[in-house]
Amino acid sequence: MKYSAWALLRGALSGHRHWTPAWTDPTPRAAYDAIIVGGGGHGLATAYYLAKNHGLTNVALLERGWIGGGNTGRNTTIVRSNYLFPESARLYDFSLKLYEGLSKDLNFNIMLSQRGLVMLAHSRHDLDSMSRWANAMRMNGIQAEILSREEVGEMAPCLDLSPQARMPVLGGFAQRRAGTARHDAVAWGYARAASALGVHIIQNCEVQGFVQEHGRVVGVDTNRGRIRAERVGIAAAGHSSVLAKLAGFRLPVTSYALQAMVSEPVKPALDTVVLSPGTGAYISQSDKGEMVLGAMLDLFPSYAQRGSFAVKQNIIASTLAMFPSFSRLPLMRQWAGIVDVVHDSSPIIGATPIPGLYINCGWGTGGFKAIPVGGWTLAHVLATGRNHDLAEPFQLQRFINGRLIDEAAASGIAH
Amino acid sequence: MLRIPCIRCGPRDENEFVCGGTSHMVRPALKDSDEVWGQYLFFRDNPKGLHLERWRHSQGCGLWFNLARDTVTHEIKAVYAMTDAPPDTLRS
Repeated sequence: MKYSAWALLRGALSGHRHWTPAWTDPTPRAAYDAIIVGGGGHGLATAYYLAKNHGLTNVALLERGWIGGGNTGRNTTIVRSNYLFPESARLYDFSLKLYEGLSKDLNFNIMLSQRGLVMLAHSRHDLDSMSRWANAMRMNGIQAEILSREEVGEMAPCLDLSPQARMPVLGGFAQRRAGTARHDAVAWGYARAASALGVHIIQNCEVQGFVQEHGRVVGVDTNRGRIRAERVGIAAAGHSSVLAKLAGFRLPVTSYALQAMVSEPVKPALDTVVLSPGTGAYISQSDKGEMVLGAMLDLFPSYAQRGSFAVKQNIIASTLAMFPSFSRLPLMRQWAGIVDVVHDSSPIIGATPIPGLYINCGWGTGGFKAIPVGGWTLAHVLATGRNHDLAEPFQLQRFINGRLIDEAAASGIAH
Repeated sequence: MLRIPCIRCGPRDENEFVCGGTSHMVRPALKDSDEVWGQYLFFRDNPKGLHLERWRHSQGCGLWFNLARDTVTHEIKAVYAMTDAPPDTLRS
């Protein structure tokens, strides 16, 4: 059913009994044309674009828990495309453009708020490297603005711009089109749209093995039985290595905990996203009024979905160095995701060593902004057997031939 | 806050240490292929469970040592010297 103001009105006049489930709960078939392993944002977007772009609807998405319960429900909701290299710029800006039309495309309000992103310069070196960064973005056709100290202060009045600041602000740069989107809504919107096109969204279904015949993948074994398909795509973020091991190959991935936390809701005090590359901390205010805090990884391998207090101390100290007036805020909730980090902080989208099995992983701490393009490109290779142009530079083979897309070193983004 | 049992200093807070990643990897010969070097530099088991890893007490005595640690529970199962083999007790 289409969501609209009329549907709301109809419901108001009839006790809201007319709403249908947003996605169906089908029993898995014995076989499909394609299987997607992983019901996070990337998997759900893949399901939708398989149906929408390629007409492939005899598709099952298998999620071992509940959809969007992994990193998609645990991120800090930021969307942006401020990367350095042309390959990355094309990839992430394509994603941001998809986000810009997504509420309309999915008939589901994903609450995109292009409130801008401000990166802070704390030193002369920071100012120089930000000029390089902003220029690289502009050369790739993406708008970026260098800001003076005063302009930064206008965008975020609660920032400590005083001479006594622990992290003095000398200036910054902004991507105005960046911002936030509601993470759960992105998952639910893609699930609803994919389900409406005929894709089977199957929850509580854990893949426990890959069925291979004559060296090709022909299906998966799950806790709900064997399901056959000649095309299987993995989109499982921090669990990518676990699934790769089941299929008999390794990935250049290490899984780490990435923490985030929210304060109690308060009146609007911050209407942009602020990030300090110097400390790694970043902050925004949700539409509910909570301050959403995040920063660096807990730097040892983990699948625990929780991080240590040592890193919390760092996150909070770094945030309060920027916004001292927030020190009175009670923190309400904290958690972590399991992020799949690769050495060059760029994703892997394409074939695995097993014919018929494809993977979308390696997004590290930066997967949420890339949900639309991750789904678009994984769907393309699943449907056609050929990499999408945007995904061609991001193959597994680059870790053997050395053609890394080194965003970690280049733009200082801690993936 | 993890308490990491440095062999020299005893249990210290985790922020005195740096995790050096997977242990017991053998560096290939320079003449070995790109495939071998790529596997050594980048590809990892990344286990969900017991992980043998290297740690350095960088904010303390500076010692490198090995830990056997569970990546789900974070429980430290064994500590052993940098050049030692994993203890037999881990096999159980």
